[in-house]
Amino acid sequence: MKHTLRQVFQSGKFLIGFSIFSFILLVVIIYPRVITDPPLQIIGQGTFFPPGLYVNVYDSLNTPYYTLNLPNATRNRIASKLSDEDRQAIKEWLTAVGISEDQIDVENTAQLLEQWANNYDPTLRVPGMTNARRNYFIRLNSSLSRLLATEGVSIAVRNEETGELEEIGAVTQTDYVNASQVPNVRLLLLGTDNFGRDVLTELVVATRVSLLIGIVAGLVATSIGLALGLLSGYVGGVVDDVITFITNLFIVIPSFVLLILISFSIGQNQRGPITIAVVIGFTSWVWTTRAVRSQVISLRNRDHVNLSKLSGYSIVHIILKDILPYIASYVVMALILQISSGIIAEAGLSILGLGPRTTEVPTLGLMLYWAMIYQAHIFGKWWAYLPVLITIALITFSMNLMNTGLDHVFNPALRD
Amino acid sequence: MSDEKKLCLSGKGVTKVFGVGRRKTVAVDHVDFNFYEGEIISIVGESGSGKTTLAKMLLGLINETEGDIYFQGEKRDIGSHRKKKKYWKSIQAIFQDPFSAYNTFNKIDTVLLDCIRMRGGGRLPHEQKVAMMTEACSFVNLKFAELTNKYPFELSGGQQQRLMIARIFLLKPKILLADEPTSMIDACSRATILDMLMQLRDEIGMTPIFITHDIGLAYYVSDSVYIMEHGRFVESGSADEVILRPKEPYTKRLLNDVPKIYEEWDLSTV
Repeated sequence: MKHTLRQVFQSGKFLIGFSIFSFILLVVIIYPRVITDPPLQIIGQGTFFPPGLYVNVYDSLNTPYYTLNLPNATRNRIASKLSDEDRQAIKEWLTAVGISEDQIDVENTAQLLEQWANNYDPTLRVPGMTNARRNYFIRLNSSLSRLLATEGVSIAVRNEETGELEEIGAVTQTDYVNASQVPNVRLLLLGTDNFGRDVLTELVVATRVSLLIGIVAGLVATSIGLALGLLSGYVGGVVDDVITFITNLFIVIPSFVLLILISFSIGQNQRGPITIAVVIGFTSWVWTTRAVRSQVISLRNRDHVNLSKLSGYSIVHIILKDILPYIASYVVMALILQISSGIIAEAGLSILGLGPRTTEVPTLGLMLYWAMIYQAHIFGKWWAYLPVLITIALITFSMNLMNTGLDHVFNPALRD
Repeated sequence: MSDEKKLCLSGKGVTKVFGVGRRKTVAVDHVDFNFYEGEIISIVGESGSGKTTLAKMLLGLINETEGDIYFQGEKRDIGSHRKKKKYWKSIQAIFQDPFSAYNTFNKIDTVLLDCIRMRGGGRLPHEQKVAMMTEACSFVNLKFAELTNKYPFELSGGQQQRLMIARIFLLKPKILLADEPTSMIDACSRATILDMLMQLRDEIGMTPIFITHDIGLAYYVSDSVYIMEHGRFVESGSADEVILRPKEPYTKRLLNDVPKIYEEWDLSTV
């Protein structure tokens, strides 16, 4: 046993797969203990906030200001409002209203903006311009106001009695706040999803739930497959015929179709993650049964089984002690594959809208489902679906790698 | 040997058929036999003649399709697990391939303790069990102290086969079915193994039945010889009668196939 384990951990493939899987497992266990926010809490008002550090504006007005004279500050400020693309668009407008190209210098911001202010007219209809383009110019125009202003802004509060604004402070362009002094800062590493939930926190919990679904599905499938395979292979005769018939029946029906039908008929309200896991398990035991059966058939005629019989052992003892250890490595490999395919099956079901009900727990499949429904892939909100896809890929990749590693250890034909 | 020979195992029309319809294979075809207590019996035949199938039926590991097997003059009844267990106290086997005969996950101790338990000694104090195992091992020239906590696959083929005999020593069955006990081990160990089996026979008074393809071995050890061809006994009788004056062409062929040192070998098949 010790020797076998050492052999397994010497396999490079197994080790890489095991490391990736352990890392995912560690993150899933440790992250919720460090960051205790409820995973499904809706924090963002609006959909798909991009990843980044969110600093409370109100709080930062009330924290001490520091004056930093940074040389690139103005340029950065202008660049964030006026990209190269916008400059080209301005040039396009200016040439359309009749200014010759050599008079336009896209690099000279002050001149460009002056020409823009003099020539832009939102009511003007340029021939051949689409409505979307027109709206773009309107948005551009409003964002350009006060771009070159050098004075600061005033902070004012409204007097409750008179309704007049009273200035209580001012912010200049060289004022900075220290982010660590702002009491409310939230790092959203992966932004928010369509409901305004923190994607990272949700992803960690979803990974945990999906792993649980995979493990339950894998255990259910493997135990059914193992029990039927052992029974059918060892007992033989009519039992074998009946079980083989049922197995063949299930092989003919594509299991995913069966999965869809069962999930659909269970109904949305009954579909918890464990229910889904059990359903997945019940539709994917077929291949394990067949494989175990054929292994047992070849084992049951071996002499060591005969010796055990002659030593007066019961069928149960022989199956547990003389058959099971010989197929254990195979069963473990089958279990690993069942777990990873269980995770994928859940994702597939959820994308079709037949996954677990959505209000209580996130799963990887459900995250993909919502990202798809809200068209995150069309609007380029990559943080809503790409991390989920990568997580699924990593989990299944690591498990398949472990499986290949085990195969190399236990399959003499592949040993080098 | 007493003059009055007691029947220990006999069969009438014993048949085993595998498969049905077109894929039907008759492995053992209506064989009759009478094995007497104290005799050494050999069943000789080439590969595929049905010897091992017959042995498995005699052991009760597989059921016969047709015919009856009689144990000590009475019809054998091994319908339930308890009756089988009782039957297996009287009949035991040594298998051809020692390398596949042991469960690789069990230690040697387990193999031997199983035998003590089978003989009803499961509740004996541990020291007594160790003493019994040591005795059994020393009978086959093995040292129990060196074997304990080892796995069977750590032994050589000859040692494993000797361990198998130690098993029989502990079990003390009435009948021993030895299915090609020496075909997988080298020629030197072979004589030792046969010698030990003969010694064991004298010691515990069992009836050995050798299943072999080696007609030389059969002549060397046995009192009665049964020649098996395609599932049937074609010739049977005392060893001298069958081997020195063979009637059947099949027996003659088997005799011719025994390799001889001073003659040129005839490798042409018949």
